[in-house]
Amino acid sequence: MAPILSVEHLRISFSHRAGTIEAVDGVSLAVAPAECVGIVGESGAGKTQVFMAVMGLLAGTAQASGSVRFEGHELLAADAQALNRVRGSKLTMIFQDPMTSLTPHLQIGTQLAEVMVAHLGMRWKDAWGCAARMLERVHVPDPKRRLRQYPHELSGGMRQRVMIAMSLLCNPSFVIADEPTTALDVTIQAQIIELLRAVRGEFGVGLVLISHDLAVVAGLADRILVMYAGSVVENALAEELFRHPRHPYTAELLKCIPSISGARLARLPTLVGQPPRAGEVLEACRFAPRCPRAADRCRIERPQLAGSSSSQVACHFPLNT
Amino acid sequence: MSSPLLRVRDLRVEFGAHTVVRGVSFELFAGETVGLVGESGSGKSTLARAILRLLKAVGGSVELLGLDLLKCPAATLREQRRGLQMVFQDPLASLNPRMTVGEAIAEPLKIFEPGLNANSRLGQVSAMLERVGLSAGMAGRYPHEFSGGQCQRIGIARAMILSPKLLICDEIVSSLDVSIQGQILNLLLDLQRETGMALLFISHNLAVVRHLSHRVLVMYLGKLVEMAPCEALFASPIHPYTRALLAAVPHIARDAEGAVARPLRAAPTLPAALAEPTQPAALAAPILPAAPAEASMTPRLMAAGCAFRDRCPYALPVCETSEPPLLEVAPGHWAACHRSHETLIPLSCAS
Repeated sequence: MAPILSVEHLRISFSHRAGTIEAVDGVSLAVAPAECVGIVGESGAGKTQVFMAVMGLLAGTAQASGSVRFEGHELLAADAQALNRVRGSKLTMIFQDPMTSLTPHLQIGTQLAEVMVAHLGMRWKDAWGCAARMLERVHVPDPKRRLRQYPHELSGGMRQRVMIAMSLLCNPSFVIADEPTTALDVTIQAQIIELLRAVRGEFGVGLVLISHDLAVVAGLADRILVMYAGSVVENALAEELFRHPRHPYTAELLKCIPSISGARLARLPTLVGQPPRAGEVLEACRFAPRCPRAADRCRIERPQLAGSSSSQVACHFPLNT
Repeated sequence: MSSPLLRVRDLRVEFGAHTVVRGVSFELFAGETVGLVGESGSGKSTLARAILRLLKAVGGSVELLGLDLLKCPAATLREQRRGLQMVFQDPLASLNPRMTVGEAIAEPLKIFEPGLNANSRLGQVSAMLERVGLSAGMAGRYPHEFSGGQCQRIGIARAMILSPKLLICDEIVSSLDVSIQGQILNLLLDLQRETGMALLFISHNLAVVRHLSHRVLVMYLGKLVEMAPCEALFASPIHPYTRALLAAVPHIARDAEGAVARPLRAAPTLPAALAEPTQPAALAAPILPAAPAEASMTPRLMAAGCAFRDRCPYALPVCETSEPPLLEVAPGHWAACHRSHETLIPLSCAS
């Protein structure tokens, strides 16, 4: 099936007084219609920047090259007018912090209805009604009253439901959720994950779930991409990734996650060292300094992502092969 | 057992009309790590701050080796505070940006050991920097030159420089990446082994608490609802809230070979938080069908009965009227639930 979203050789750099920082270094990925792909990596890995580029939301100091195609249309080179035809309607994004992504001085109803007024040319009265129905679909109780409320009157979990409702208003084909549960308590996180799962089934949308937490992604994603220092290092079906991680970084990361079952450990497993600082340009595997399997080759030659579309790894000496 | 290092009795904290900590009692022994878990708003941080008298408690007592910190005169409190240190959640915000890291770590020494000359102070700071995994040469740098993990090491160094008897860690790894998190926690465990200090470890991350703690306290709306040895709490939680909390943790199981197995697909969920009083049971939450009552507000829940009753799938009429006391259900295992003597169906298996 033709991918709904494809990113090819995406590079993003930020110019700075001190020089240029490469944040994303040649990322290629594709998402099929109705597929759920998890993007996992630590802070600074570039996972958010890739999708900010997809949405045309990169900071002014950023330069991007490569290609982003959504439903066959090139987005990276598109002007704001062309972008606005798809983003916010067909292609939407849910952000981490539901407080700062809603406008504090507008009622929830206004913020929801204006999406449909702007994109679908609806009348305010009709849009308001659609907004209420959408809130009901994401299980916000008493939607009519909620529409008249302001963001500060809602809890974090409820605000995130409003954000999810907003992302679904124009019947999107693709939703990007960037750390949608990171600011929430575990019990509320479980509810939001459940809601996203239901939304996937009900609306048939493609979903990208960006998270630093493998366990959160695990419950939802069909396929997982692991990013490290600006590149994708592994791409595998979720089940395979957990069972048989191939990139040493994935394997080490999995070991680091403390579990609520199994043996209690006297010491927690750790990854030695720190991720490379952005801006360090290396003709080597960027993970090599922290890698237990690194050999001479890893320090002189950068491994490329290779393999089939659902099983790729960028490593000279992958595990489980 | 020997006498406790810290004995907290019936501690109460109020913010205006709101009672945030509603009579908490527990003990903490030297060398012990106690985990404190609960959702945001349950009063964990407030409890910690009240123990250190950074906030004023309206009732109860906090005894450090028999001395009541809440009633002792300011001068005594000041002297006692050298034994009580805290590390905060946001590593960068808890360091003064205009002080070098060396100055920040030296400041407690300046205050509590004014007789110390500059050279020996510098020596202690250098040794402490090395001890937390940084180099002595970094003392002249400013906080913004360090990563989050390194700033947290500096925060720990500053807290440890006076060799405290009790270290309170409030969500100290929440903002760190998982690969760095382990480094910081291991450092903390090593320091505890070397110094014999007690740790009160506040975290919303139950998995981290499980690996670190000897005992765990579970807090809900300002009260302890369960208190148990770590193993017992995770193996056989009693309070429905504890069970729901455990069931909601996103989970990656490990099998015998240590391989990582497919995680649970459908995580059971808890009905709405009390902050969201009118929310119906979440979409796929057949296990906790109880829909919280309309317009249920925190004060009503606190006024009488069990504060968890609106979210509790096991609530009985008695839970409306009478507040369950914290009782010892098994040796060392305390729970505040009217049905704690029954064998309830585990939440994760129901439905």
